[in-house]
Amino acid sequence: MNGLEDFFVQLADDYPRWNFIWLYDARQADRILTGLWMTIKLSIACVLLSVVIGVVGALLQGSKNALVRSLIQGYIQFFRNTPPLVQLLFFYFALGQFTPVVVGPDGWTEQPIISNVGWAIISLSFFAGAFNVEIFRAGIEAVPNTTREAATSLGMGNLQTFAYVVFPLSLRVSIPALNNNLVNLVKTTTQAYAVAVPELLYESVSVWNDYPSAQNPTMLLLLVTYLALVGVLVFGMNTWERNMRIPGYGN
Amino acid sequence: MQKLMKLTAALAAMAIPVQAVAQECTNDVWNKVMERGKLVAGVKADYKPWGYRDTDGSIVGMEVDLVADVAAKMGVDYELVPVVGSNRLAFLEQGQIDMFIATMTDLHDRRKIVGIPSPNYYSSGTNILSPKALGFKEWVQLRDKPVCAVQGAFFNKLIEERYGANIVAFQGTAEAKQALRDKKCVAFAFDDSGLMSTLATGDWEDFEMPLPTEDAASWGLAVPKAEENCIFGRFMSGMQYYWHREGRLIALEDKWGIRQTAYLAEQAEKFKDHLPAE
Repeated sequence: MNGLEDFFVQLADDYPRWNFIWLYDARQADRILTGLWMTIKLSIACVLLSVVIGVVGALLQGSKNALVRSLIQGYIQFFRNTPPLVQLLFFYFALGQFTPVVVGPDGWTEQPIISNVGWAIISLSFFAGAFNVEIFRAGIEAVPNTTREAATSLGMGNLQTFAYVVFPLSLRVSIPALNNNLVNLVKTTTQAYAVAVPELLYESVSVWNDYPSAQNPTMLLLLVTYLALVGVLVFGMNTWERNMRIPGYGN
Repeated sequence: MQKLMKLTAALAAMAIPVQAVAQECTNDVWNKVMERGKLVAGVKADYKPWGYRDTDGSIVGMEVDLVADVAAKMGVDYELVPVVGSNRLAFLEQGQIDMFIATMTDLHDRRKIVGIPSPNYYSSGTNILSPKALGFKEWVQLRDKPVCAVQGAFFNKLIEERYGANIVAFQGTAEAKQALRDKKCVAFAFDDSGLMSTLATGDWEDFEMPLPTEDAASWGLAVPKAEENCIFGRFMSGMQYYWHREGRLIALEDKWGIRQTAYLAEQAEKFKDHLPAE
């Protein structure tokens, strides 16, 4: 292991733009790892929450109550049609002032109940969730009316029809588009950087601010890491899609 | 493993133009500026009063005046490109700007990437802006407390490592100051001269700059690394020398309402011609 560290120290000496400092400096390695861990946590939380929002939203879109329907429509228009970065800044700096706070031990700082990480999760999930609602709606509308009628004729109620027939079928139609949106979401977690959430981009920029010679290697690391993260997600989604396949339905 | 190392070294070598050879002056950037008749310079746009947006949106400030002076002496026009701490080196390296004067502290690791001609044109230290109510007296009182800062400041690391503060770094000074006002942190760590001018605006009456200033550090302007010891770099050295000698920097401090720094007085003294009085 030591040999490898020496190698990178030497490399940094020989090529001042290729200082892989986080491979031999424990402190910088720690920064990168905590950043990576935060990105993973953000991604998982946002993916799960946004899918839940999507399913619930799509269900409510079919509600008989006009008010519920227009609320969902308003939500979609608001979150889908404004930039996620603006939403994030608005939530954190504007709405953040109105959330209840806990005064810190120093008597000055007010820790909002919702931290910057919390706001990042909320804002990014709602952003991606708005797209997910429409994605699931596309799937639901692709289920033939006759299939619903068949379910009704078997004595199923509305909710039962949705849960056991319409939704499982619609999911199969929705997965490719859902895949796209979730991949986008994982990449969009980098915007949490704007409200100082210490995720991978934040930590990477901090590293190359302190060590400009580490900029190229750190950018390379970012590129590779996001390719890997998205790769894992896509692999999971593709496996899911294959497992969900019904012979004769779709292709 | 040996193979992997060789491969990595080979890849790295391919990616980097060999620097050892780059001794001869080609003066590419200088010639480009002269042919184009325009100097493209990076300045801050959020760092009052060194470089900031005026009410009409144009970028003004002490460093903008310096850029204008450089362009005037070169006999060309100039265009300003707003930069921040985290992108200015890359902008210069990639040729998006020809040079920058952007409140940058002169550090070893930065000199590896860009050319920083001597003498430095300015100097500042590190301090904090904090609410009077907290009554900070010493740096160590910041331990384990959230301290707002701006990405790209070299002292963030020092405050973290030396005093154990939790740095919460935003992209610009506006966000960091807003976060301090919103009580998201106990202090805003920044250049003492920048904090002085913030306090001087009168909008921060309940705040103070309470600590002994630390880490006095010199500010350097930057030219591309290859031009450091060529015409451009030497020319910029000369500009800075004359700025000091003629008291231009001190005059600009007055113009922009910056508290007089001892550093500039020292430099003016140092570079003055030592001829006996007639």
